[in-house]
Amino acid sequence: MAEPVLSVKNLTVQFPTRRGVLTAVDDISFDIMAGEVLGVVGESGAGKSMTGAAVIGLIEPPGRISGGEIRLKGERIDNIAPDAMRAIRGRRIGMIFQDPLTSLNPLYRISQQIIETIRTHLHVGEAEARKRAIKLLDDVGIPDAARRIDDYPHQFSGGMRQRVVIALALCAEPDLVIADEPTTALDVSVQAQIIDVMKELCRERNAAIMLVTHDMGVIAETADRVAVMYAGRLAEIGPVRDVIKNAFHPYTQGLMGSIPSLTTDLDRLLQIPGSMPRLSAIPKGCPFNPRCPKVFDRCRIERPDADPVAPDRRVACWLYPEVTPA
Amino acid sequence: MSAPLLDVRHLSRRFDVSKPWLNRVIERIPRVHVRAVDDVSFEIAKGETFALVGESGSGKSTIARLIVGLLKPSDGEIIFDGKSLARGLKGAEARRLRRRFQMIFQDPFASLNPRWRVTEIVAEPLKVFNTHKSDRERRKRVGELLSLVGLSPEDGAKFPHQFSGGQRQRVAIARALAANPEFIVCDEPTSALDVSVQAQILNLMKDLQAEFGLTYVFISHNLSVVRHMANRIGVLYLGRLVEVAPSHDLFARPQHPYTRMLLDAVPDVEMTGRRRKKVEGEIPSPLNPPSGCAFNPRCPFANERCRIEVPALKPWRGQPVACHGIEEGRIPDGPAQPIASVTAP
Ligand SMILES: Nc1ncnc2c1ncn2[C@@H]1O[C@H](COP(=O)(O)OP(=O)(O)OP(=O)(O)O)[C@@H](O)[C@H]1O
Ligand SMILES: Nc1ncnc2c1ncn2[C@@H]1O[C@H](COP(=O)(O)OP(=O)(O)OP(=O)(O)O)[C@@H](O)[C@H]1O
Ligand code: SF4
Ligand SMILES: [Mg+2]
Ligand SMILES: [Mg+2]
Repeated sequence: MAEPVLSVKNLTVQFPTRRGVLTAVDDISFDIMAGEVLGVVGESGAGKSMTGAAVIGLIEPPGRISGGEIRLKGERIDNIAPDAMRAIRGRRIGMIFQDPLTSLNPLYRISQQIIETIRTHLHVGEAEARKRAIKLLDDVGIPDAARRIDDYPHQFSGGMRQRVVIALALCAEPDLVIADEPTTALDVSVQAQIIDVMKELCRERNAAIMLVTHDMGVIAETADRVAVMYAGRLAEIGPVRDVIKNAFHPYTQGLMGSIPSLTTDLDRLLQIPGSMPRLSAIPKGCPFNPRCPKVFDRCRIERPDADPVAPDRRVACWLYPEVTPA
Repeated sequence: MSAPLLDVRHLSRRFDVSKPWLNRVIERIPRVHVRAVDDVSFEIAKGETFALVGESGSGKSTIARLIVGLLKPSDGEIIFDGKSLARGLKGAEARRLRRRFQMIFQDPFASLNPRWRVTEIVAEPLKVFNTHKSDRERRKRVGELLSLVGLSPEDGAKFPHQFSGGQRQRVAIARALAANPEFIVCDEPTSALDVSVQAQILNLMKDLQAEFGLTYVFISHNLSVVRHMANRIGVLYLGRLVEVAPSHDLFARPQHPYTRMLLDAVPDVEMTGRRRKKVEGEIPSPLNPPSGCAFNPRCPFANERCRIEVPALKPWRGQPVACHGIEEGRIPDGPAQPIASVTAP
């Protein structure tokens, strides 16, 4: 089997606080292959962004990776020097965040920003870099790219800016792109365009994408596989269609049931009672057990791990017996 | 049909976004106005949920704030239960009328005073409208209201920051209900919340409506939420209503090309295999809206007339649509939306 582009094993991220150590990401493992989009969903505070931040080495102190390992094409990147990590960021790992303005410098023309990034990471001349930059802007759907490349960010609409950010994330031809809520601030029609652009580019360039969002619709349209997080843990991971159509974990089932449907008339939505626990008060056993409609004794005592329960599917729930893949 | 509870007629609101006077003189530039809401009319019957959808900047919040009186219309009228709100309502009568409607905002944090305890927040309308005179009466009523929205009376002693986003929105709903309103304007009440919390709030709002016969204006940019909540839906584009239809019809047979595009753009979370059409173009700047039909630069059916003449909202097969192409019969019925043909499991 081919080597995954990104391989995360038993990743744990902790924050020491006055009242003890908080675990924001708790023993998470997953892989992403070349050309694959892994969606990461879960409600606010589940640890999605923190997982992404760990991969790109941008966890803010006092937070730190306290366990596990992260490999990019086989090489450990979680324990390397900050300088080495900085060289990987931007070059081998591209980043797209929710607010395009945080990634673009308002004082510089789009051309300056993209060309500089290209030249920092790839050894090409000014003219070649400019040619590539225009091609890239064209690829992400900026009309009249050759002329608009010399505009400033504020001359672009929100959706166009996000395209520029995507172009910027891709310009060094990275192996992996981390996109954290790339469409959340955008209108549905613009969001649909951005989703299309990201999907096409990933396929064409054979990049691996980790797409963090709380929007199941975006995941359904974009991802190949999806990881569902709950209270810092991986609840479930599998092919997107299987997880959406046939969720195993009771939390995923609740999540899917709470989304209003465009096709079915329902009087009431499925409702998960209560709310996600604070990191300082994660219950013993399965972290979902106080809200779970199917809870039984074992759930209150022992913590389930995300173990394989079907081909290409792992679930952290005692309802599903672990199967050892043949 | 009996007289509507709310009747909005030719409502318009412009904002002056000009540069300061001196700049205008020096740079020789004229005043600039945004037409945030432009000649919008609709009616809402008692007990109904009327939704407004549209993308950012389409004028949803401005309409909400006009209805509850936080903004004054530039033109047009808002008639609530037969009485015009815009004109000359003063003193006791205005107060009596105002008491009958309330508003819930998107950001439950910004709309709750952080220095007040929840009891004081929820009790404020009771004081303002003087419905519960003694402290004891008020405290009792606040306890009832908190229980009604799924919190406990003891939560009254807490401050807003001690609650999660969903719980804060419950507090905002409890406050809105305190004055026994008949009519609640909800501006993106769940947009800041996770889907699972959203489900709790939407269920609560439906329960309260069933129990008290409330009438809602429900504003959201989320089409599946709107479909779930509304009886009728108005679609806004750059400050104008382009289509009004019963919820079911709007999703089964969207007429206006913009409505069709909007429905097409919704990600298919149910993975029905529906193929999205590519969405074309960007939302134009409201400062410089296209002439004629504001949607014409993005519309696959636009012709010369669309670029010149603003289409009016006219009934088409019983439901109002503002589109020259529809009126002239040159836009084919959209392919029956595959999403409408799927049946319940
Ligand atoms: N500096 C910090 N100190 C302590 N805890 C923190 C710190 N930063 C984040 N956390 C906690 O880590 C957890 C994970 O946060 P994270 O940002 O990864 O959530 P998320 O899943 O991305 O949520 P959202 O959907 O809201 O973006 C949260 O409970 C958060 O409160
Ligand atoms: N106080 C104001 N001064 C100037 N312009 C304003 C003001 N309030 C709103 N506008 C403008 O009016 C238009 C409509 O704004 P409104 O807030 O009603 O949109 P909306 O549909 O609620 O959008 P969103 O989905 O982003 O909340 C926008 O172009 C906005 O910039
Ligand atoms: S392990 Fe138990 S509590 Fe946790 S999700 Fe499964 S059934 Fe529910
Ligand atoms: Mg996040
Ligand atoms: Mg608004």
